[in-house]
Amino acid sequence: MLAIEILIQGLIQGSIYALIALGLTLVYGLLRILHVAHASLFTLGGYLGVLITNATGSLFLALLLAMIIVGFVGMASYRILYYPILSRPPLIALIASIGIFIASEEVFRIIFGPFSISYISPPLQNQIDVFSGIMLSEARIMVVLLAFILLLGMNWLARQTRLGIATRASVVDPDMAMSSGVNVETIRYSIFFIGSAFAAAAGVMVSLLNNLVEPTMGAVPSYKALAIIVLGGLGSVRGALIASLMLGVIESFGTIYFGNLLDRDSLAFAFLILVLMIRPKGIFTKG
Amino acid sequence: MAYEMIVLTNMLIAILFAQSLNLITGFCGQVSLGHAAFLGIGAYTSAMLTKSGLPLVATFIPAMVIAGTIGLFVGAASLRVRHDFLAITTMGVSFLFTGIIRKQDMLGGEMGIAGIPSPEGGRVGLLLMALCLTILFIIVMIYIKRSWMGYVFDSIAEDEDTASIIGIDVRRFKLFAFILGTAGAGLAGALYAHQVRFIGPDSFGFVESVTVLSMVIVGGIGSIWGVTIAAALLSVMPQFFQVIDDYKLLVYGMLLFLAMRFLPEGLGGLTKTFRKDRGQT
Repeated sequence: MLAIEILIQGLIQGSIYALIALGLTLVYGLLRILHVAHASLFTLGGYLGVLITNATGSLFLALLLAMIIVGFVGMASYRILYYPILSRPPLIALIASIGIFIASEEVFRIIFGPFSISYISPPLQNQIDVFSGIMLSEARIMVVLLAFILLLGMNWLARQTRLGIATRASVVDPDMAMSSGVNVETIRYSIFFIGSAFAAAAGVMVSLLNNLVEPTMGAVPSYKALAIIVLGGLGSVRGALIASLMLGVIESFGTIYFGNLLDRDSLAFAFLILVLMIRPKGIFTKG
Repeated sequence: MAYEMIVLTNMLIAILFAQSLNLITGFCGQVSLGHAAFLGIGAYTSAMLTKSGLPLVATFIPAMVIAGTIGLFVGAASLRVRHDFLAITTMGVSFLFTGIIRKQDMLGGEMGIAGIPSPEGGRVGLLLMALCLTILFIIVMIYIKRSWMGYVFDSIAEDEDTASIIGIDVRRFKLFAFILGTAGAGLAGALYAHQVRFIGPDSFGFVESVTVLSMVIVGGIGSIWGVTIAAALLSVMPQFFQVIDDYKLLVYGMLLFLAMRFLPEGLGGLTKTFRKDRGQT
């Protein structure tokens, strides 16, 4: 029974990782940039979720607004942060992105104060008996459902729509896509919108699970999401999803069995290094 | 006078630390996002030894050897991965280091090591030691840059496949850069531990690794003087911004972004055109 509970716990954590990692891996696929500042958008999403819920009383509205607002902020971040330095080596963009991320934690601190903010009346806290005695709060179930719905929607978008096809074409070969009439800039803006909106959703989910948001809440997820997209093979969406769930499960088992040797966060990286030594380009990359 | 001496010593340690990364990232082109771990290894080694009664000077070699040995292993692991994968692997090293330290009661765990003895010769002694070691390390760097090994590093940084085609044992030189660079960081760590007299896992985290990488990049990758100036400026900057303490990281982050946006080749890049006129690149 305990094992199943740990497994479920891991899958919930994994769903959150998946929502964050998806935007990162899409951005990497398109631009070959490790978008560290993605985590700022995750934090922003969390704050908006709590503040809008507290103001209006509706979690659903908060989630929707957070995703839309953060989506636009994500588009702006592409225009301001990456667009001017696209022709530079990727390391330049990585450092610039880290700079923005460090600065943004400070901005959150200045705007929202150094202490954590909580929901006035935390929504979805009822415990539900999912199956034979395993109790989960509604919030946890909602996390998994939401991740599932969003990722399913993403899959539909990628397979069935012109935008999705054009995006996949731009990932495989940007020049060829451009000469076939794909407007690569539009694709990039759309991807930043979608990826950032997903990060915001993850932010709202985490704020719900922990019932608090704080300026530094983005730090650990951002580094871990980087590890995840590397594990999944940079730029691979399916790889990132599988790696997210895997890491979530490994972490939740690992903290139980190796908790006295390593803390949760270094466990993820120990696993990452181990995998990279065996498969230097990620688990799901061919060749 | 004491305050100025502390600032100056900090500055020298930062320069030594940044140069040790410059050897790996600048000369050899291998990005490391986990260099602070080696500063930490040196700091912990040295602090444990001086606490058991050894003089600070005697801990320099052990600090360098242990940091360099672990650097050899990390370097050997890094041979398997490249570019962004390397950046993330080294980032993992940084988290792994703090994670392991946190759980080691012998090393103070979460609480860190306090009460590190004052170095013999006090603040002046430490300042002089930092000065000598930093100058020594810079001389070694200049020597390497001017020797044919410098050209080998250049070729690896530029294009390691081509370098290996023309018969350069890329692996060996990369490992050498890692060993020397991490040993240098260990040395800086030994000084650092006795400068601040208190160390904990959080002193050597990811932000510190990024800070030192940004010194190298703002200074201009591979430029010895550029990195020296950048490390000096960036290490004293927090002291200037102490007045508006809340905004320290904000200013710092924005500076990183702006430097990348408008000065992507760093301070060293400014002088490059000038140097080209004299027939050097």
